[in-house]
Amino acid sequence: MDINNIKSQFPIFKEKINGKSLVYLDSANSSQKPLSVVNRIYDFYTKEFSNVGRSVHHLAVTATNLYENTRISVQKYINAKDKDEIVFTKGATEAINLVAETFGEKYLKEGDEIIITELEHHSNYVPWHFLRKTKGIKIEFAEINNDGEVTLESIEKKITNKTKLIAFTHLSNVTGAILPVKEITNLAHKKGIPVLVDGCQGAPHLKLDMQDLDCDFYAISCHKMYGPTGLGILYAKKKWLDELPPYQGGGGMIDWVKKNDIGYGKLPNKYEAGTMATAQVVAFNESIKFLNSIGIKNIIEHEQILMEYGKETLRKNNSVRLIGNPKNKGAVLSFTIKGIHPHDIATILDEDGVAIRAGHHCCQILHEKLNINASARASLGVYNTKDDIDNLNSAINKCKKIFDLK
Amino acid sequence: MNLKELYQEIILEHGKNPRNLRKTENFNKDAKGHNPLCGDKVHIYLKLNENKKVEDISFEGSGCAISMASASIMTDLIKGKEEAEIKEIVKDFLSMIKEKPTLNSRNLKEDEKTKLMCLSGVKQYPMRVKCATLSWHTLTTAIDNTQQVINTEEMDI
Repeated sequence: MDINNIKSQFPIFKEKINGKSLVYLDSANSSQKPLSVVNRIYDFYTKEFSNVGRSVHHLAVTATNLYENTRISVQKYINAKDKDEIVFTKGATEAINLVAETFGEKYLKEGDEIIITELEHHSNYVPWHFLRKTKGIKIEFAEINNDGEVTLESIEKKITNKTKLIAFTHLSNVTGAILPVKEITNLAHKKGIPVLVDGCQGAPHLKLDMQDLDCDFYAISCHKMYGPTGLGILYAKKKWLDELPPYQGGGGMIDWVKKNDIGYGKLPNKYEAGTMATAQVVAFNESIKFLNSIGIKNIIEHEQILMEYGKETLRKNNSVRLIGNPKNKGAVLSFTIKGIHPHDIATILDEDGVAIRAGHHCCQILHEKLNINASARASLGVYNTKDDIDNLNSAINKCKKIFDLK
Repeated sequence: MNLKELYQEIILEHGKNPRNLRKTENFNKDAKGHNPLCGDKVHIYLKLNENKKVEDISFEGSGCAISMASASIMTDLIKGKEEAEIKEIVKDFLSMIKEKPTLNSRNLKEDEKTKLMCLSGVKQYPMRVKCATLSWHTLTTAIDNTQQVINTEEMDI
């Protein structure tokens, strides 16, 4: 893998931050964008733009084809059975809300149970909380172990005959734990329970094969996959999208409209009401091309080497404590330093151009469980190098010096 | 931007050994504040005498060096002052952090002004202003005793 070539495709790395080269370690939050993606948005708006799926003129046909081409690229990238199983949303958050609202409306009643985990991002908790308020469902939290992972057994423990859905993250954005999706799905399906996977962190960093994972729903955030903001993807098995009620009503999602009734459109239009994030969808095709040009196998290998190097480096640094030690771990390094609050760490690191995140990373349940208010998080992407880890470590040492720590 | 201006000795020292980090016995006013973005929390306890003078003030909470130092310096400084004076000092402090880096309050002695000015470096770090102001906003609600919980996301810092 030619890292210099990869990095050179990202214009942001030419920018200076506080006079220093950018050390971007916040990809779990959002990834940077290759020039091809940025240019695609420009080209689409300057040469090909029109609304999709409405008009018959030349530009409308072009735009519609481009938009649908991305759907097919996504289908191939995640190995979905059918292109109609790909629904574009405004983000992974909307994808999960879509499932919670429609699934909740059709299948859930008071006393029913949903299992989530203590690792979940707020976007895979709050939508279920809404159902707790409106429908009176119960939310069970599968617990983490001492290594910050959620095991199959931990989820199994929470399953009862009232369990109606299991929703969990593919890869924790704090501990980096990779959950055994296939095994959990297998277990759930044996008991007739559907499974939703929050793939925000999984999609950019792991091999995606929906037919192999066999999950019922998989939510993707495109801006974390070197793609534009304002775009997410819901993968759902066709039988669910056929059975579930529509989510939002509006133009584009209807079949026929009369004063006394309305018929809804077929897939995928049924779940894509209104004018969608067209330019973003078109540009996301370039993100997939970018990922394919490197190959997910190479990406995984590169990020695993970096993560191990980062783990080793930070472990050697006195007073740095890594959060979680999962056996299967993605490219996320969350840590605390005794005596320095994560926000102070992040401010001091920023002075050296090292961009990390500090706070609870939208995982308050997990931080409460770990008995900490906040943590610092360095998360990796395809463009990161060992130098970035070394720079992180030097900047951490600077923090320690300011705070007079050994 | 200058880290040395932000993390001055006095701030680091107060951050490490915050004064009045405890709960006042027999407090008669209190208020809670939090910053939902980072999870910082503060709970301020006031004991005012019949002349509305602060007999004791304390706080409980956790947060970064800036927020802990700010609460520590604040509680040290307003002990013995009257309600009306405190309100004026809070106003002066907030304007120093957010607008111009000067303190004009008649209710502050020169050495008190010098101490507070140590927090003025925060102005250059917009993302950190809330850390410095959280305890001050919470102090205001404690004095007003409205039982309102201060949420830094719901106010104009």
